[in-house]
Amino acid sequence: MKTAIVVFPGSNREGDAARAIAEITGRDPVMVWHRDSELPKVDLAIVPGGFSYGDYLRCGAIAAHSPVLREVKARAAKGMAVLGICNGFQIITEAGLLPGVLMRNAGLKFVCRNVNLRVETSQSLFTQAYEAGQVLSVPVAHHEGNYYADAATLDRLEQSGRVAFRYCAPDGTLGEAANPNGSARHIAGIFNETKTVLGLMPHPENAIDSLLGSTDGRGLFKGIAEALS
Amino acid sequence: MKAKVHVTLKSGVLDPQGRAIQHALGVMGFDGVKDVRQGKFIEIELEETDRAKARANLDAMCQKLLANTVIENYAIDIAD
Repeated sequence: MKTAIVVFPGSNREGDAARAIAEITGRDPVMVWHRDSELPKVDLAIVPGGFSYGDYLRCGAIAAHSPVLREVKARAAKGMAVLGICNGFQIITEAGLLPGVLMRNAGLKFVCRNVNLRVETSQSLFTQAYEAGQVLSVPVAHHEGNYYADAATLDRLEQSGRVAFRYCAPDGTLGEAANPNGSARHIAGIFNETKTVLGLMPHPENAIDSLLGSTDGRGLFKGIAEALS
Repeated sequence: MKAKVHVTLKSGVLDPQGRAIQHALGVMGFDGVKDVRQGKFIEIELEETDRAKARANLDAMCQKLLANTVIENYAIDIAD
């Protein structure tokens, strides 16, 4: 499986994503600079976390129009898998690969801690190593993770099994207390229509080593590697 | 030609920043503030001299970049 990681001025989790890919898939990713209009032939493109272009205008808005993102969009339309994490989720949503928008956290604070995530479906290349209903401990670190879409879009996402992860309590139950950012229907991650694009706010790449408190993120990369190898 | 673009949140979209400002105003003693909505104001200077063309161009800018029309409305004001 070949992976490219897109890097913008202000990206800061690209190294963590690269380490996760190298360690779990056994193959180093290619790092691609935002000005490059050519993307090497890869099976997966990762848009990593950080503060691309200083989060100017809106988070992800400027990165969404960079040359490399146009190429990512074109290749995604042909079936290449895309994983957008945190700022990467904001970028691919602004680019129109996923519906909705990530708004300022309802509590107005930057939230940086481990949260519990409920796996909503194992029927995707990203989540196939998990069981539906399984609860993961994965860190979040964001100021704009409050997912918003109109009710019709949210209904459509739910009815077509496109909600990947929801914020939950340790026992998997949903509620305001377990939602770190006010996200609509506790959504933490969603798929596109073909489930080949996943955007999520939490950082699975930072949950691959017990030294950092959780290895629950490994399953995501393991699932991708199994599906795309 | 100069233009002013106002980007505001659509009604019905929760604005936590506006709510925090409203709360702060109340704490400061400014009574009777019924609602606060925060938006963006962008000044743009164009080489274009034709107003209709400028407006069409600005409209495309708003649609593609300046506003996220999922949650935001925009208004374009072209100065004379």
